[in-house]
Amino acid sequence: MSTGTTKLDVVVSDVVPVNELVTRFHFRRRDGQMLPTFSGGAHVVVEMRDGDRTRLNPYSLMGSPLDTREYTISVRRDDVGRGGSLFMHRSVKPGLEMVISYPVNLFSLDLRARKHLMLAGGIGITPFMAQTAQLAGEGGNFELHYTCRTASLGTYADVLRERYDRRIRLYHDDRDERIDLDRLLSTQPLGTHLYVCGPAGMINWARDRAASLGWPSEAVHFEHFAAPQPGLPFDVTLAVSGKTIRVGEQQSLLEAIEAAGVDPPYLCRGGVCGQCETNVISYDGKFIHNDHWLSEEDHRSGCKIMPCVSRFEGRSLVLER
Amino acid sequence: MAAKSIISRPVYGTLSPQPGKHHLFIADAEGALAISDMAAGAPAGFFDGAEIVFIPGPDGKHVDALEALKPGQFHQAPSFASVLPRLKQTLSNAHMGLRLYLAGTEGLIGQAMQVALEAGIDHTSMQTEHRGSLARRMQCVHCKGITENVTTQPATCSHCGLLLLVRDHYSRRLAAFQGVCINAEDRSEIPPMEEAFP
Ligand code: FES
Repeated sequence: MSTGTTKLDVVVSDVVPVNELVTRFHFRRRDGQMLPTFSGGAHVVVEMRDGDRTRLNPYSLMGSPLDTREYTISVRRDDVGRGGSLFMHRSVKPGLEMVISYPVNLFSLDLRARKHLMLAGGIGITPFMAQTAQLAGEGGNFELHYTCRTASLGTYADVLRERYDRRIRLYHDDRDERIDLDRLLSTQPLGTHLYVCGPAGMINWARDRAASLGWPSEAVHFEHFAAPQPGLPFDVTLAVSGKTIRVGEQQSLLEAIEAAGVDPPYLCRGGVCGQCETNVISYDGKFIHNDHWLSEEDHRSGCKIMPCVSRFEGRSLVLER
Repeated sequence: MAAKSIISRPVYGTLSPQPGKHHLFIADAEGALAISDMAAGAPAGFFDGAEIVFIPGPDGKHVDALEALKPGQFHQAPSFASVLPRLKQTLSNAHMGLRLYLAGTEGLIGQAMQVALEAGIDHTSMQTEHRGSLARRMQCVHCKGITENVTTQPATCSHCGLLLLVRDHYSRRLAAFQGVCINAEDRSEIPPMEEAFP
């Protein structure tokens, strides 16, 4: 078991198709108890036993933190991805027993904020479902701007509109509706915090505009679920356990290490939390760092790697653990 | 520059130009020099949209240096108390993108910070630079009275008259250092008073 990722035995209590790409999954505890409390923005890591392969994918909890009888997540089907979302869509049915991690929050609300300005893109809406429910319960001041490709792919847009009315603004790509970001950012009262969840491009755009318009970085929060990128297979030696293992094309370094029976720490599996940081003992080749955690200097030094998203090309790689 | 001792003791930096849409400077006495020094490295036109609020102090120096920067707005005031209503007004109408720069004595920085915190600016996103006197704003923990410009150790509370040890323990909420009775056991014991915060 990994640091910070204590596990929960759950059963799938419901599977609900939401639209042509998104399906919602409900989990309850197998022993009938309440699930642990969480705060808006938290995610769980879902273990998927797919034949002899185990996949671990993080998904945001989207139910209200005020109701812990069940957890709900929404999964967008990715037909060209590594298969986790397809497994969820095809093989996960009500009654299936699964294992998920305790909730971890790397995208929490800063409750000192005077106002919460939220930007969601596509399936990036899920953490905001829980955050808006939390804030609405506390009488918090928020405003959500949500961009989606088409109205029918505006996952939960109708639910949100019904619940929060004008606090929700929708933008549809197919109607060429765009967020006027500079105007939006420049008209927020002092003490506003910005939260962004969506594709990398959207996050970078928002962070960049916010920084140049004078938003302090402490007031800008973002969450990006980066799936590990595939690449050429490579071999890695783990100095502490003395194991040499092969990292497959579709496998992340972290997944290969886990498959070899080692239990390394992780929280986000997306290169942002820093939990999986590992020291490099020696290498001959080049790193493909895909993380957002290490500094550029760390990347250049070749002394550290984040096994959840980063890869390697070359002759040999020895990691500490 | 004030030394760092315990955790609540504020640490100050060096002013540097931040990206932003509005720049608000609040300074007293030699804090003006921190602004001029920063101006040397600021991009052209930086002060066009800036507002400087300056409390020159008794000797009235440095006003010309600040005016020479040609800020969009320049205000001079006799005391922090006199700029307070205006500052509150400015901050309550302000939007994200306003950057705050505080320079001068700890009393000025602390009090301006207190108002800015109430307005929703995080203390880590304010630029601060300590210049000039080390005089402290002190709260007597016994009578809760605030004494401004404390330069000695120990110091006499201007409200209840107790002799206080001026601690490094700082309250951001009060913008003041804590003063604790130094001779509580035996009032006849009077330790020598030294100029500790010139
Ligand atoms: S698990 Fe979070 S950075 Fe790797």
